[in-house]
Amino acid sequence: MEAIIIGIAKSAIRLATPYLYASIGETIGQLSGVLNLGVDGVMLMGAFSAFYTVLRTGNLWLGLLAAIVVGAIFGLLIAFINVTLKAEQGISGIGVYIFGLGLSSLLFSTMVGTVQTVSGFPPLSIPLLSNIPVVGEIFFQQNILVYGAFALVPISWFILTKTPLGLSIRAVGQHPEAADSLGVNIVRIRYFTVVLGGMLSGIAGASLSIALLNVFQQNLTNGMGFIAVALVYFGAWRPKTVLIGALLFSTVNAIQIWIQVKGINIPSDFTLMLPYIVTIVVLAAMAKRRIHPPAALNKPFERGE
Amino acid sequence: MKCKKNITILIMISILVLFLGFGANAKTFRVAVIMPSAISDLAFSQSMYDSLLTIQEEMGKENFEFVYSENMFVVADAAAAIRDYASEGYDLVIAHGSQYGSSLVDIAPDFPNTSFTWGTSVSTFSDQGITNIFAYEARSEEGGYVCGVLAAKLSESNVYGVIGPIETGDAKLYVDGFKAGVLATKPDAQVNVNWTGSFSDVALASEAAQTHINVGADVLTGTAQMVVGAIGVARQRGVLWFGTQADQTSIAPEVVVANQVYDWTVVLRPMIQLIREGTIGGTTYALTLANGGLKIVVNQEALVGKTIQDIIEGKIDIEL
Amino acid sequence: MKYRDIREISMNLIPVAAFLLALLIGTIMIAFLGVNPLVAYQALLKGAFGSINAIADTIVKATPLLFVGLGICIAFRAGVLNIGGEGQLVAGALSATIVCLTFPNLPGWMLIIIALLVGLLSGAIWAGIAGFLKAYFNVNEILSTIMLNYIAAYGMNYLLSGPIMDPLQIKLGSFIPQTARLAHAVDLPRLIPTRLHFGIVIAIVFAILVYIFLWRTTIGFRIRMIGQNIQASRASGINVQKYIVLAFILSGALVGLGGAIEVLGIHHRLFTDGSVSGFTGSAGFNGIVAALFGQLHPIGTIPASLLLGALLTGANKMQRVVQVPSALIGALNGLIVIFVVGSEYLRRSQARRMEQTADTKNNSKNKDKRENK
Repeated sequence: MEAIIIGIAKSAIRLATPYLYASIGETIGQLSGVLNLGVDGVMLMGAFSAFYTVLRTGNLWLGLLAAIVVGAIFGLLIAFINVTLKAEQGISGIGVYIFGLGLSSLLFSTMVGTVQTVSGFPPLSIPLLSNIPVVGEIFFQQNILVYGAFALVPISWFILTKTPLGLSIRAVGQHPEAADSLGVNIVRIRYFTVVLGGMLSGIAGASLSIALLNVFQQNLTNGMGFIAVALVYFGAWRPKTVLIGALLFSTVNAIQIWIQVKGINIPSDFTLMLPYIVTIVVLAAMAKRRIHPPAALNKPFERGE
Repeated sequence: MKCKKNITILIMISILVLFLGFGANAKTFRVAVIMPSAISDLAFSQSMYDSLLTIQEEMGKENFEFVYSENMFVVADAAAAIRDYASEGYDLVIAHGSQYGSSLVDIAPDFPNTSFTWGTSVSTFSDQGITNIFAYEARSEEGGYVCGVLAAKLSESNVYGVIGPIETGDAKLYVDGFKAGVLATKPDAQVNVNWTGSFSDVALASEAAQTHINVGADVLTGTAQMVVGAIGVARQRGVLWFGTQADQTSIAPEVVVANQVYDWTVVLRPMIQLIREGTIGGTTYALTLANGGLKIVVNQEALVGKTIQDIIEGKIDIEL
Repeated sequence: MKYRDIREISMNLIPVAAFLLALLIGTIMIAFLGVNPLVAYQALLKGAFGSINAIADTIVKATPLLFVGLGICIAFRAGVLNIGGEGQLVAGALSATIVCLTFPNLPGWMLIIIALLVGLLSGAIWAGIAGFLKAYFNVNEILSTIMLNYIAAYGMNYLLSGPIMDPLQIKLGSFIPQTARLAHAVDLPRLIPTRLHFGIVIAIVFAILVYIFLWRTTIGFRIRMIGQNIQASRASGINVQKYIVLAFILSGALVGLGGAIEVLGIHHRLFTDGSVSGFTGSAGFNGIVAALFGQLHPIGTIPASLLLGALLTGANKMQRVVQVPSALIGALNGLIVIFVVGSEYLRRSQARRMEQTADTKNNSKNKDKRENK
């Protein structure tokens, strides 16, 4: 029994990692008022960049850096379109998704051509903590990008709630006119959050291609980026709740795999539905009070309006 | 003036002769193939693409030419492609995907001089009066069976993990064959199967592999392009892997024991021959172990010789 | 021509310019792959318009985009984004197929009408679930529609792997995930002897209906008002929640109808390749793009869908002719969306500048009038 729980929990934590990076990145962007539905496309570009760099140089950190840089570039593009050009954010995001998916696949078929694996980040046991029975094995024998994803939760929470930067971000998303009159540079904040979100989406992709799966293929993420965006809403724009959402979704996914493997007689398509159904049901049960999105979400800012 | 006229006629005749001469030699066999996934998928589509390359090498580039359309998962697009290729005068149009069959039924009658083929399937629609469609299938359960037998011989825990996409088509055939092969060798074996619901969910395949190993499997197998995730896990945890559709040894040579490789040239060669002789449809072909269309490519030579021979000599009954 | 008219025309040409700019970047990408861009684009045009069959394919491809686009229009006018198109298409297609498979003995025309209605209702219900969850449980609709997309796809996979799988498949042992071919009696009529079917006519009719609904009925007016200014709407006593849910339901209805028409008009069966977009071919997403290109106006969505359909059809031909990797088409598609969406800003600021000059002109005219008295 213990082994089963350990196995499922470890799976859940691994599965949750890319969602955490991408989701928190999107949360920060949305808190400042920018919606980005193109997360999946940026994840794919990050995944490919990291994979290709590691394939050619063998240097994992360089690969991670490549993913961050590419993610930042895409973040700049998204920020430019949504903040400066004040485009329709939901739709521009879909354009970024289609572009990222196409470009990553194109680069893969022309620069790599055939499927191959790389040696990604190995598991890194944290001394002492990893020796704790059960808990140690579940939490402290993962690889470094997994640790990064979970560390991101308290770090982002702290920045968003306890620092002036965080206050500015939230103000820009909630009362942009007021923030503007107080001298906060709306454009700069939004560029910052969106580029940061891009970088985090890039890392999310890298966590797949050079840490967890160690491979790249066309459409590697298979729609994960959209689930990550959905989890932002589950998390009500709070990193801690986003963590709960990511873990919930991933745990149910890990459980449904186990149910199938064990041969329990439920048709596979129904177990596959479970994570999605459970997410909706839990959110419905949780939402006793009204959750308000950032008031300025998806509304470009123009002075004097 | 008469002089000029004669010269003109002469020139025209020469051109005509040259043309005919050209026509007589330039009987390049032109093939177009439509595939549902990428040619780099190390699975279904790549196997066909590689087979066509092999034929091109055999026949020479001047005699064999082929073009491809990949990622045609939208059937309407594939139908447009099939029709387009047919109207461009290709000799053979290969619709490499079981979802393309209904499109062929609509298109083939409009091009009575073009040969069409599709797979995996057994239907040539001759019962509907269509005479220019070939069909081909892969009896992947045969290779699955052999892999199952091999797996059973190698496994110590007697627990086996199978990771499939959706329970249809040649994926189902392979998985059923594998299971049968294992159980035929060790009737008390525990064969666990899970379906990821997609052909491309690499992350899910990877976690499925982890789960299988957690419940005791020391041999894994699976089908579709997502299995690279599973192979990676197999390598990491030192568990054996059996592959299908393509040779996956390069991904993890330490643990990939054997692969059932689809060699479509076994099907393409007789088809091309028939077409050149004037028959452009009506026959069904199959990849089997016996005809070499299915090859078991082994990374550990010793174990396979006897088993394959047995099947060819009809000694192992593949019972599903 | 008056200066104002020239500016107005140039304003509407901005999206066209953006489109061309994206194609220019595409040219660089194509050249980079070692292919002659002129040949490539020639193939693209030929694939979209080069023959009767090509035009038919373009229109056939545009039809689901138009349905989805119309759905998006309604939702967007109420201020919500419906990204549940994939799931609603599946709901519509699945229910229509099941109806046709279950009642093979009804006369064809009756079955068609019933199937289309059922498809419409199923799409409405599927979107309605998201609307209901939002209104009563405060579940964000982007989350619920994304989740519902997957649930719909898995549900379809389940049914296609067994309960509604073509009995012939089971008999032959090939287990292809598709239903039997529906009776010819329920085929939508063809407009010309190609693959072009009646669905486009239905789509255009609905486009006009949506226009009338949004601009000529009270409900439609309220929906638009909510999208424009939600505070003012609340203040004037409109039950905002109810109308948002209604917008969602209507949106889903159109998309579901589109799904049903895809089955009856072109595929004549239900099938998948296992992925979420296995049946839909991402029409649920491309339809959003079509709506945008159509300025989120139901009538504008008609040419927009045709244009997008032409682009997608032509791009496939381009891939065939110059043998570039199919991913290039996706990248090009994404670029076009990004550029056109981005160019909206220029168009809007042009529009505003024109309004301002018109105002100042009027003011100065009035001033002159007063002074000349």
